Amino acid sequence: MKAAVVTFPGSNADRDLAVSFRDAGFDVTMVWHKDAALPEGVDIVGIPGGFSFGDYLRCGAIAAQSPITRAVKEHADRGGYVLGVCNGFQVLTETGLLPGALLRNSGLKFICRTVGLKVETSASVFTEGYNAGDVIDIPIAHHDGNYFADAETLEQLKAEDRIAFTYTDNPNGSLGDIAGILSANRRVLGMMPHPERAADTGHGGTDGAALFRALAGGLTLA
Amino acid sequence: MQDPEITPELIASHGLKPDEYERILDIIGREPTFTELGIFSAMWNEHCSYKSSKKWLRTLPTTGPQVICGPGENAGVVDIGDNQAVVFKMESHNHPSYIEPYQGAATGVGGILRDVFTMGARPIAAMNSLSFGEVDHPKTKQLVHGVVEGVGGYGNSFGVPTVGGEVRFHPAYNGNCLVNAFAAGLADADKIFYSAASGVGMPVVYLGAKTGRDGVGGATMASAEFDDTIEEKRPTVQVGDPFTEKRLMEATLELMKTGAVISIQDMGAAGLTCSAVEMGDKGELGVRLDLEKVPCREEAMTAYEMMLSESQERMLMVLRPEKEAEARAVFDKWDLDFAIVGETIAEDRFLIMMNNETKADLPLSKLSSEAPEYDRPWVETPAAEPLADVPQIDPIDGLRALISSPNYAAKQWVYEQYDSTVMADSARGPGFGPGILRVHGTEKLLAFTSDVTPRYVKANPVEGGKQAVAEAYRNLTAVGATPLASTDNLNFGNPEKPEIMGQFVGAIQGIGAAVGALDMPIVSGNVSLYNETDGQGILPTPTIGAVGLIATGDDVIGSQVRDGHVALLVGETDGHLGQSALLAEVFNREDGDAPAVDLEAEKRNGDFIRNNRALITACTDLSDGGLALAAFELAEGSGVGVHLDDGNTPFLFGEDQARYLIACNFDQAEALMIAAGQAGVPITTVGRFTGDTVRFDGSEAPLEELSALYRGSFEATLG
Repeated sequence: MKAAVVTFPGSNADRDLAVSFRDAGFDVTMVWHKDAALPEGVDIVGIPGGFSFGDYLRCGAIAAQSPITRAVKEHADRGGYVLGVCNGFQVLTETGLLPGALLRNSGLKFICRTVGLKVETSASVFTEGYNAGDVIDIPIAHHDGNYFADAETLEQLKAEDRIAFTYTDNPNGSLGDIAGILSANRRVLGMMPHPERAADTGHGGTDGAALFRALAGGLTLA
Repeated sequence: MQDPEITPELIASHGLKPDEYERILDIIGREPTFTELGIFSAMWNEHCSYKSSKKWLRTLPTTGPQVICGPGENAGVVDIGDNQAVVFKMESHNHPSYIEPYQGAATGVGGILRDVFTMGARPIAAMNSLSFGEVDHPKTKQLVHGVVEGVGGYGNSFGVPTVGGEVRFHPAYNGNCLVNAFAAGLADADKIFYSAASGVGMPVVYLGAKTGRDGVGGATMASAEFDDTIEEKRPTVQVGDPFTEKRLMEATLELMKTGAVISIQDMGAAGLTCSAVEMGDKGELGVRLDLEKVPCREEAMTAYEMMLSESQERMLMVLRPEKEAEARAVFDKWDLDFAIVGETIAEDRFLIMMNNETKADLPLSKLSSEAPEYDRPWVETPAAEPLADVPQIDPIDGLRALISSPNYAAKQWVYEQYDSTVMADSARGPGFGPGILRVHGTEKLLAFTSDVTPRYVKANPVEGGKQAVAEAYRNLTAVGATPLASTDNLNFGNPEKPEIMGQFVGAIQGIGAAVGALDMPIVSGNVSLYNETDGQGILPTPTIGAVGLIATGDDVIGSQVRDGHVALLVGETDGHLGQSALLAEVFNREDGDAPAVDLEAEKRNGDFIRNNRALITACTDLSDGGLALAAFELAEGSGVGVHLDDGNTPFLFGEDQARYLIACNFDQAEALMIAAGQAGVPITTVGRFTGDTVRFDGSEAPLEELSALYRGSFEATLG
């Protein structure tokens, strides 16, 4: 299994995401934001947390215009898998690969804490390692994680079972407690919480590891 | 633009005293140019020259087999085995943070991170120690919000986990808050980079962000007292850009791998001036700079402004010329400026040219070697008056008073604004005891703590200085770590007042004795003086940052107690209430002496904890609030009640030193009693962790209610 992790100049969780992919058995290549193409044969692209271009304006807005993001979009359009975490989720909404937007937290402050996430669907390669209804503990660390979409989009997400995770105790004002959503073909996942920060025993629990394990097993079947 | 004439007023406005100006005339034998005056003022202010403190700093223990590099470089370097080193330092950004809290705090974090990666280390941990005025002072809330957001805004974007710190409130900081930022990084022990230049004719390279007019004269501002003209000083505060800093860090670490770096220095206080002089001075070389080559982001900057700008996210490097293309490519990759702005020269000269016009021509080595050094008069702090009677109180009422005070309430409102989990190596985040981080890819862990009890230092500088170190030692010990070394951030008032200088001298004596006895040499640090407003000094606040090593995750002593655990108290209890938290928070009194610190007992009891860690399920040290607060915090963190048998006020709230509270099962407790007997360590059973209430003798309250008070009070007061 081949994973590529994108590094924007302000990414700061790129290593963490790569470690989690690697620990789950992926062969991981780091790709630079100025690269125009992904390495040959990549199954999944990880877009990591951080502050891609400082994010002084809209988070992820500049990253969405990078050469590598165009390549990621083509990869997704061909049916490739993409996982965007935190800033990665923001980039995915900015590119249009996922609907909606991530606004400033309702409390207007950065929040770093471990939160309860309810797995809303196990029907995706990202979430099939969990049972729908499971509550897992995953850290969040963001200033702009307040998910918003228009009513129609929200209905569609619900109707198509595309809400992957919701917060059990909404920390940021997200519409419908949404913490992560899937694309229509269920191959692109964007989520604000950091599963890669809860993927081994020495650090912050292991509830995130099942996501990477499921990916390592699931992509072969896809 | 015409340079202004050198007048006594101009000299005074540069913070130079008449005799210091005379010294300048002696050195150069003529009147300085405006730029030269600026350079002298930058090099000779208190902040950069340590002119009042040097004599005393030299007395501190700074060496040991674990020390790779002590004070004098950008940060201290300490061996952690396997050819790895931890590189760390703590530094203040007090004055800027009071003037402009967000940017002041943010650039404080930026400065300390730069100090660490300049040495070739990737930052892995940050902490901060914050002191604010009284809670209901009109300025406090705004400062707290601004500083906390600034610390978070910079560190979160940069991507370093903030894993510990302190926040305190006291009226003495009403006009002068303290922002002390700590950072630690990891490097290969044989790949540390230093600032001493070598070789004549080597290119001097400017790296990073462009130079603007921000921060011109900042270091001089930071060396002066405040008065009501403070608003005029806002332009001397720098503006931070963590995104650029992140790129500068990545580019610098990448550059170091190419072998292009002969020496490197970050541009911090007094920017281009200090960094260039430092590299030349340490390498016994001169430096020539051609300022028209300096990347600027503002039009028509003068030589004076460029030399004194404190624009952030910049470095100066002496380059191996044959590696220029490779080095430039790294900075191009990260879209940062890379400009050759000068060269090293053989003569002892600091030659500043701009468009072929000489702006400054000074003997470089004399800028440091001839800097004034003062043996300031000082008086010993008089012995504290004996403690007046302290009435017995209901112990749960006492606990309530402590945990509802922002000084001792849980600080999650603060630390949840800091990313404490980025880099995915945080084994224990902020909130209880030291932060613990895995050394990426190894079994090892590092523990980080920052400690000082300013009211002790005020009452008794020597014992208070010792106590700051002892508390750091105990915090590290309580998680099973072996303390390695310390950094000191010494915040005091005006050193020209003999009683303030006496506090400084006393604290240094105490710190020196303690770091010597506990083998925690000072490897880096920073002095911040003139923390006064309208003649009122702060509490003397010598913050100690310390780092400890834990061999494997199995050696970490936990913090989770279980129902049925025995509560064991290690160390001698006399019930010392002088200068205690209880006295301040309940009785609004600050009298009596600080608790005495018995360094032998500290060492013995600390070794006992480490040697018996396998028998200890959870542990915490005793400090502010004594046994009562320690027992509550340990219980609260695990959601289990605690019952202590003795409700006596001095027993519960006394702040005797060298003590720990342990939670373990009955068999472990028995084994610990035997081990303590053999080691000559006082140990007693003081109660049990059980149920869902906190009961101190006959007084009791539901844990849930106290927990809500503890968790909610900070936000209720300051949020």
